[in-house]
Amino acid sequence: MRQRNYGPLYAAPQTAWLLLFFAAPLSIIVAYSFMQKDLYGGAKAVFSLEAYKSLANPAILKVAFRTLWVSLAATAVTLLLALPCGYSIARSRNQPMRLFLIIVPFWTNFLVRCYAWISILGNEGFLNDFLRWIGLTKEPVQFLYNQWAVILVLVYMYLPYAILPLFSTIDKFDFTLLEAARDLGASKFRAIKLVLMPNIRSGIITAVLFTFIPIFGAYAVPLLVGGKDSYMLGNIIADQVTKTKNWPLAASISVTVTLITAIAAMVYLASEKRAEAAAEKEAASIDNSENAGGSL
Amino acid sequence: MIGSDVAVMALRKSFGSFEALKGVSLEIKKGEFFSLLGPSGCGKTTLLRSIAGFEEPDSGTVSIDGRDVSGLPPDKRRCNTVFQNYALFPHLTVFENVAFSLRLRHVPNRVVKDMVRQHLALVQLEGQAEKKPSQLSGGQKQRVAIARALINEPSVLLLDEPLSALDAKLRQHMLLELDAIHDKVGITFIYVTHDQAEALSVSDRIAVMEAGQVLQVGTPQDIYENPKSDFVARFIGDTNLFEGRVASKNGQITSVEGRDFGSLLVEANGEAPLGATVKVAVRPEKIRIGRERPEGAGPEINILRGIVEEPIYSGFQTKYIVRTKEGASITVFRQHPQWSEGDPDIRWKDEVYLSWSARDAVVVENAVFSEQHSAESAAASAAGKA
Repeated sequence: MRQRNYGPLYAAPQTAWLLLFFAAPLSIIVAYSFMQKDLYGGAKAVFSLEAYKSLANPAILKVAFRTLWVSLAATAVTLLLALPCGYSIARSRNQPMRLFLIIVPFWTNFLVRCYAWISILGNEGFLNDFLRWIGLTKEPVQFLYNQWAVILVLVYMYLPYAILPLFSTIDKFDFTLLEAARDLGASKFRAIKLVLMPNIRSGIITAVLFTFIPIFGAYAVPLLVGGKDSYMLGNIIADQVTKTKNWPLAASISVTVTLITAIAAMVYLASEKRAEAAAEKEAASIDNSENAGGSL
Repeated sequence: MIGSDVAVMALRKSFGSFEALKGVSLEIKKGEFFSLLGPSGCGKTTLLRSIAGFEEPDSGTVSIDGRDVSGLPPDKRRCNTVFQNYALFPHLTVFENVAFSLRLRHVPNRVVKDMVRQHLALVQLEGQAEKKPSQLSGGQKQRVAIARALINEPSVLLLDEPLSALDAKLRQHMLLELDAIHDKVGITFIYVTHDQAEALSVSDRIAVMEAGQVLQVGTPQDIYENPKSDFVARFIGDTNLFEGRVASKNGQITSVEGRDFGSLLVEANGEAPLGATVKVAVRPEKIRIGRERPEGAGPEINILRGIVEEPIYSGFQTKYIVRTKEGASITVFRQHPQWSEGDPDIRWKDEVYLSWSARDAVVVENAVFSEQHSAESAAASAAGKA
């Protein structure tokens, strides 16, 4: 008897799940973004491009550019910290322990960790107490409620997401290649730049996307540790929903943020696919050269 | 000669509690093809890596052309390495792999092109320049690695088991090619291998290593024909070892007696005083095997009787394992210059006579692998140089 293909049936639960909790809400948001603002909040079911037109509002554009700048800065700092960290874990003899330590913070709730930073950086916080105790300052230093605090906490939150993919590519890297480069006359720095970096490219791309995308949509961190100068798109969306009650505008910003991050992910996937295709082509031609090698 | 001489003095290196090098001293001459031969874990690769600059020795010095290079990083030493797994840069083409060291020195493009072409020709890889390493076969990768190391014009080329990843046929071929390249470029080659046949066939001199020590340094003939210790005799080629007591001496001809072989004659000098317990090594191909007792044997010829326990035919020769009536098991190789209908004329369970000359046997020491011994030998060789 022929084996019946139950594949689609097995996939049904998660299909239903994704339809219900991902596709449907996303469609509703897209639909809202093309509607008219209702007088007392919500949206009127009338087609309108008003929401998208008001994206050009200088106040929103300013926040959009700030969001971009904060995301880029936080991603860059995260990457700079994650690279040596991933490297040292990959080179360590005690990999499981170190990986475990990287993952430990995930056991604590995101918001709790945010408040932990507030209790460190606050005016009555640990850091200010310490600075006063060693006599460096008399008055409390305002660490919190500015862009730098936002970047610092964002970097802290997303560092593990960058370290893990970097660790896994560096772990697969053949370190004799660095020795070979040194042997051929490269300094330590040039060996890393010319040989290590090109060979862990995919890990770097993954790390960048894993940090840039969530940071671009950040909401809680700028709300808790940021000030007026550190409002991000996520906060504007929340305000439009809860305070101004302009749901179409909130929806149109959400759609824009989603599109930007989706395009970034697609660019990444395309570059991965290109690399994969190149690798396959190489693998295919090995057979030929092995045959040719027989006549050596 | 454009090569350099390399001297290693009392080199020590430990990894945790493991002592990889226990005071190794060696002198390698300009332009020599020098092999470091030993089983895995004997310290040969650590020694090579210390010369290259990848390992910082705990004590002792490495000097190239009389200049102490001990503290220098690998990029400041006039030697280049061919790695065991080739270590080609996977993101670069063959051309750029070979050109790597030239690019680092900002050599003009025109010169780079010429030099890379020249070196790819040297290793017979013309026409492969634009391929990626993953598109090459093992032998081709090996050639790229050699070209990449030689283009830097080192005075010493270090080769770390370069052929171990290749199949047997290709290994033979590459070995001859390496020898040809050595003749062409004329620099010093230091070649690490665990394969005694490789070392014997291409080396000018060989250092046999075990347990972080150098046991013997000499030409291939020296090492094979006059092994100093039982370890060297056993590690290089096949050998029969007989342990017994020195019973009498008649000039250089010494008689050694043992329970499982009776009495044997061996040519020996001071190394076998009367009454001492010694080991005698005899190579299997030096022993004649026959069903008749050899006629007209001289006074220095050993003759033993035994039963063929196992004849192992392997084409160009047959290996016989013969058990003497006293109990010793002796291995004999017999070549087949002609082959006739009646062959093999010696079969399983046949009674045979084994004979060999006392001149073909050597007295060997027990190899001692102790801290004390290595320290003394290092001191002795240091004193010898002074």
